[in-house]
Amino acid sequence: MKPAQFEFAAPDTLTEAISLLQQHEEGDVKIIAGGQSLLPLLSMRMARPEFLVDLNRIAELRYIRLEGDWLAIGAMTSKRDVERSELVRERQPALLAATQLVGHQQIRNRGTVGGSMAHADPAAEYPALALALGAELQAVGPAGERRIAAEDFFQSYLMTALEPTEVLTEVRIPVLEPATGWSFLEVARRHGDFALGGAAATVRLDSKGDFSDVRLVLFGVSAASLRLREVEQLLTGQPPSETLFREAGDRASQGIEDPLSDVHASAEYRRHLAGVLTIRALEEATRRTGPGEETTA
Amino acid sequence: MTTTQKVCLTVNGIAHEAHVEPRTTLADLLRGELALTGTHVGCEHGVCGACTVQLDGRTVRSCLMLAVQAEGANLKTVEGMEDDGKLHPIQQAFIEEHGLQCGFCTPGFMMTVDELLRDNPDPSEDEIRDALGGQICRCTGYQSILRSVKRATVKLRDAQVADSTTQS
Repeated sequence: MKPAQFEFAAPDTLTEAISLLQQHEEGDVKIIAGGQSLLPLLSMRMARPEFLVDLNRIAELRYIRLEGDWLAIGAMTSKRDVERSELVRERQPALLAATQLVGHQQIRNRGTVGGSMAHADPAAEYPALALALGAELQAVGPAGERRIAAEDFFQSYLMTALEPTEVLTEVRIPVLEPATGWSFLEVARRHGDFALGGAAATVRLDSKGDFSDVRLVLFGVSAASLRLREVEQLLTGQPPSETLFREAGDRASQGIEDPLSDVHASAEYRRHLAGVLTIRALEEATRRTGPGEETTA
Repeated sequence: MTTTQKVCLTVNGIAHEAHVEPRTTLADLLRGELALTGTHVGCEHGVCGACTVQLDGRTVRSCLMLAVQAEGANLKTVEGMEDDGKLHPIQQAFIEEHGLQCGFCTPGFMMTVDELLRDNPDPSEDEIRDALGGQICRCTGYQSILRSVKRATVKLRDAQVADSTTQS
């Protein structure tokens, strides 16, 4: 349970960090942000990088700002800062709800917004939230800056669109639009554990009371967070009903192509969970479209 | 071949300088180099909470941080709780309510309860339970720990009334 040897640098600026990544590109270089996922991997020697670039001294990557209809969050902002942000509480309660489900306080004190996105664990809350809300991820590399839509960013199990010499610098999350209902739920054996499965949903109803805009994402059940477009289409144009939600649950359950199976839960259990979570998330999100409900966390 | 790096940090108000390999965790620096063995190491992957310390006033897992990342940091460990041989009110409350049995998890609990009661001097039972969620007690003495935290809340309040100059 001790990490293998590696070299370490903690640059003060983003420019220095990128140049360190370039210098060590040929070797196995890794970025360390909050380290709450990487340290266990190092200690168990599941990761054995030759060089670590620590982003913790780069003060310019810690902020939460409102930019138009977006919350712009610096990649090195801690989850604790997100949890305590009035801006987040007022403008995107789904982000607050997702944050409170991440590990424990000690983990959230250290763990970062960008770290969770870049690590892309299939059971992690943030990638699912990013997909459900249509977040954008900003990366900076030797060639400059680019913005990547969440659905292009998360590729597979622990795989993202980041290049080896790029640093994720900012996560842009749309604020909650008026009359949009949301839900963020997960099932874990104990509070703070990795989710066996989870769901994130946002819904809007048109003037007739039919679903006009639905986004549904499941996480923890397959190799990466999964947006269920087929279920979204099924709901669109229909009025909310118990029968409709049940059908959505069945479709979600069948729609998981290759459910994860491990010591914590079987594939069959996760498939079942996908259906149950879909129904619960849609019910909760629909309830929250009501007046005065928009900001209820 | 790896070389060591110099780390300067303050622990419980005392400045230290150490030379460590980058792969050394903060927990191993505290215990091995600085001989502060009050911080316990249980699971070494962030689950059990025994190694919890305070970094600039915030609880962190010292097994989930590299020692080199603590450069310039201000740390508090369980050794920093007592004041001139007098136990901290939280420590005293744990004794009075049997909040420890084997004592292995206790240093981590001390750090977390200290942070909780500084942030929220009058927590509800739910808030206490939530705050303690990241600490595992394998003796399973959770009910006594819960009572200890409640008693500590009262003790700290009384101490503050008795001495208005007391800093939390």
